[in-house]
Amino acid sequence: MNIGVYVCHCGTNIAGVIDVEKVTEYATTLDGVVVARNYKYMCSDPGKDLIRSDIKENNLDRVVVAACSPTMHEKTYRDVMEEMGGNPFLFEMANIREQDSWVHTDKDMATEKAYDLVRMAVAKVRRNEPLERIEIPVTQRALIIGGGVAGMEASLDLAEQGYEVIMVEKEQSIGGHMSQLTKTFPTLDCPMCILAPKMALHEHKNITIYSFSEIEEVSGYVGNFEVSIRKKAKSVIEDLCNGCGLCQEKCPTKVLSVYDGKLGTRKAIYTLFPQAVPRIPVLDRENCLMFTKGTCGVCKKVCPTDAIDYDQQDEIITEKVGAIIVATGYAEYDPTPIEEYGYGRYKNVLTGLQFERLTNASGPTLGVLKRPSDGATPKRFAFIQCVGSRDVNTQEYCSKVCCMYTVKNARLLRDEHPESEVYIFYTDVRSAGKGYEEFYKISQEKGVKFIRGRVSEVVGLPDDNLLLRTEDTLTGDVYEVEVDMAILACALLPAEGSDKLRDILKISEGTDGFFMEAHPKLRPVDTLTDGIYLAGCAQGPRDIADTVVHAKGAASGASVLISHTKMSLDPISAYSDESVCRGCGECKLVCQFGAIEIEPLNGRLIAKVNEVLCKGCGACVGACCNGAMSIRHFKDEQINSMIEAAMEVA
Amino acid sequence: MTDEFEPNILAFCCNWCSYAGADLAGVSRFQYPPNIRIIRVMCSGRVEPAFILEALKDGADGVLITGCHIGDCHYIDGNRNAEVRINNTIDALKYLGLDGRLRLEWVSASEGARFAEVVSEFTEEIRKLGPNPLKET
Ligand SMILES: Cc1cc2nc3c(=O)[nH]c(=O)nc-3n(C[C@H](O)[C@H](O)[C@H](O)COP(=O)(O)OP(=O)(O)OC[C@H]3O[C@@H](n4cnc5c(N)ncnc54)[C@H](O)[C@@H]3O)c2cc1C
Repeated sequence: MNIGVYVCHCGTNIAGVIDVEKVTEYATTLDGVVVARNYKYMCSDPGKDLIRSDIKENNLDRVVVAACSPTMHEKTYRDVMEEMGGNPFLFEMANIREQDSWVHTDKDMATEKAYDLVRMAVAKVRRNEPLERIEIPVTQRALIIGGGVAGMEASLDLAEQGYEVIMVEKEQSIGGHMSQLTKTFPTLDCPMCILAPKMALHEHKNITIYSFSEIEEVSGYVGNFEVSIRKKAKSVIEDLCNGCGLCQEKCPTKVLSVYDGKLGTRKAIYTLFPQAVPRIPVLDRENCLMFTKGTCGVCKKVCPTDAIDYDQQDEIITEKVGAIIVATGYAEYDPTPIEEYGYGRYKNVLTGLQFERLTNASGPTLGVLKRPSDGATPKRFAFIQCVGSRDVNTQEYCSKVCCMYTVKNARLLRDEHPESEVYIFYTDVRSAGKGYEEFYKISQEKGVKFIRGRVSEVVGLPDDNLLLRTEDTLTGDVYEVEVDMAILACALLPAEGSDKLRDILKISEGTDGFFMEAHPKLRPVDTLTDGIYLAGCAQGPRDIADTVVHAKGAASGASVLISHTKMSLDPISAYSDESVCRGCGECKLVCQFGAIEIEPLNGRLIAKVNEVLCKGCGACVGACCNGAMSIRHFKDEQINSMIEAAMEVA
Repeated sequence: MTDEFEPNILAFCCNWCSYAGADLAGVSRFQYPPNIRIIRVMCSGRVEPAFILEALKDGADGVLITGCHIGDCHYIDGNRNAEVRINNTIDALKYLGLDGRLRLEWVSASEGARFAEVVSEFTEEIRKLGPNPLKET
């Protein structure tokens, strides 16, 4: 065993406090050390050359570098080892900068501590074992869950790079919430017009869409997922349907349309909206007379291509993919529990999304402003902000998009109906974003009245008008305002079914319930499960521009993975000693990654670790009752050797 | 003994939160007493009571275990395992006359100042407690 020890000065960062000469001299006295040197900057090329030439000249097989934190340069030196034909895991770092010279001023004590840290690292490296990275194949395809603007953007980016993309959308059409909007801030574009070119992705040769479908099960691991998808029965044969729309025109059954915020109706066989992709209707079996009464059959009679199939069954499809992007978006908070706002009691109290449908040219009123209670044209509007957001009783977080969409709708009202009176009752106006503050300023100039304060009560009047009571917290005045319609800016919540999906994918959620990213700043699109990424509002409320950015990030993360045919995994994984293991399963209980299975071996049970799934945390080792479980690179004897070395008096 | 007692403290820090927190203390130049030696483990859940006993047997005057805050564990809930196991060990040490020599703390990667504080505080406590009675003199 030939160990080389290298002590870095890091300019004066280390050498200014620690006597590097003494540390180097001390290192030569340690068991197994054949050479010790120090240099101004070990991570520089001449520094690395010292190691390179010693590996050759002195036949070093193990190396310790005493320098900065391993999070800085462990990889740098491991690469040197590998490049010189050595094993990168026969290497250790002693952290004498972040955890010594930078936190202590007493030079003698800091130098003594450096002795100890070097001794500990040498003790460890002596017991390190050569490890081989695990190589696994990668399926060069991706699954996108959710077909909102996030899912679409990510799919297109990947498909354009040449990867096959499978998109699973639970609704019958892709488009997500953006397809429901009337105009979009800050440009006041027509959302359908800017979305339609992206929705044409169903024609892309690399993209397969499963609409009206849900994820049933996911097995496997990074690079190698197997997904089963439930394709629910539409009662329409997709290959035959030409999307003519005759069935929905003739269907006699009307049902309240959830897509239109229940402000209008749809038929029992229907597409969500005229530009739906795919343009295949779905028969709603809960309301169709054929299913409820056993008679009707109008759609089947009028269908020119004989595409209606009342007996169609759900189908289960399996797909293999290397990466998964979760783009399931959000759900709008149902404000019924906040009783003082009267939602559900007063017909003229609407949510933000309902108002979008009410003003939408393809919405229930074809864009003509009418109050739901009596069809009268409303003239006075109150927008109430932070409904279910920034409130300890509901959601504590800010839903981020409501200030801007309210400002948008208020401004549109003033533009299109200059006689209208528009109030916004707000907590703070949050308009950070390119062009957003300017957009807000314009709405003020156009006569939108901003009142800072939480509305305490909405009272329904006999003529269906609404009386709002509030205090202006800036002036202290108590207000009563009568309006014709109130619009609640409701919180954005995680999409329905997120809990189920989280369990299927084994990813985590944050305290806000949205899917959790691996790191809030540096890894905002990764999850802690390798190979699974997040895009758009699935990770937290954000507007369309931010959603697109996030989705492009997720696509980039996924393509870094699936652009390879093989990948290597860190070999720091657990393994069980089959001769000792009793198969009690305690290890399996604590493993959060499903990496351990209890299997029979010669008539008894033993624990078996799937090293591909193992993340190397070592929880199983701690849980093992008889020392059968070990973890590579952090074995008991390796850690114990460091403990002993630490306590040896220098 | 004329010299003031300088405690030997051994710490186990998880790789993702608290080791990074210790690094951040360095980057921010938050000073703390030089009595501590840190061993990096991937997760606080990896720390076995046997390591703690080994350290105390070898003469450590105090042992500090640090991990991610509950809910932030890189491995979902390794720190919860650590919490149960280390708290049991803290209790057991009372019966061995080693009360107060083991401590469990949560330090995130952004809490460099907190890391320095925890170490300073613990070092002072151990200083007051005096040398590990198991240590051969
Ligand atoms: C009232 C209102 C007005 C707004 N106005 C604007 C505006 O003017 N400008 C702006 O920039 N932003 C606006 N926004 C925000 C905008 O809606 C979002 O930024 C955008 O829709 C986010 O896109 P997404 O793809 O992440 O989520 P979504 O649009 O929610 O799409 C998610 C998709 O995933 C599908 N899905 C969900 N769960 C599953 C599952 N388990 N399996 C399969 N599929 C699933 C859904 O059916 C949906 O198609 C507004 C929001 C609201 C509430």
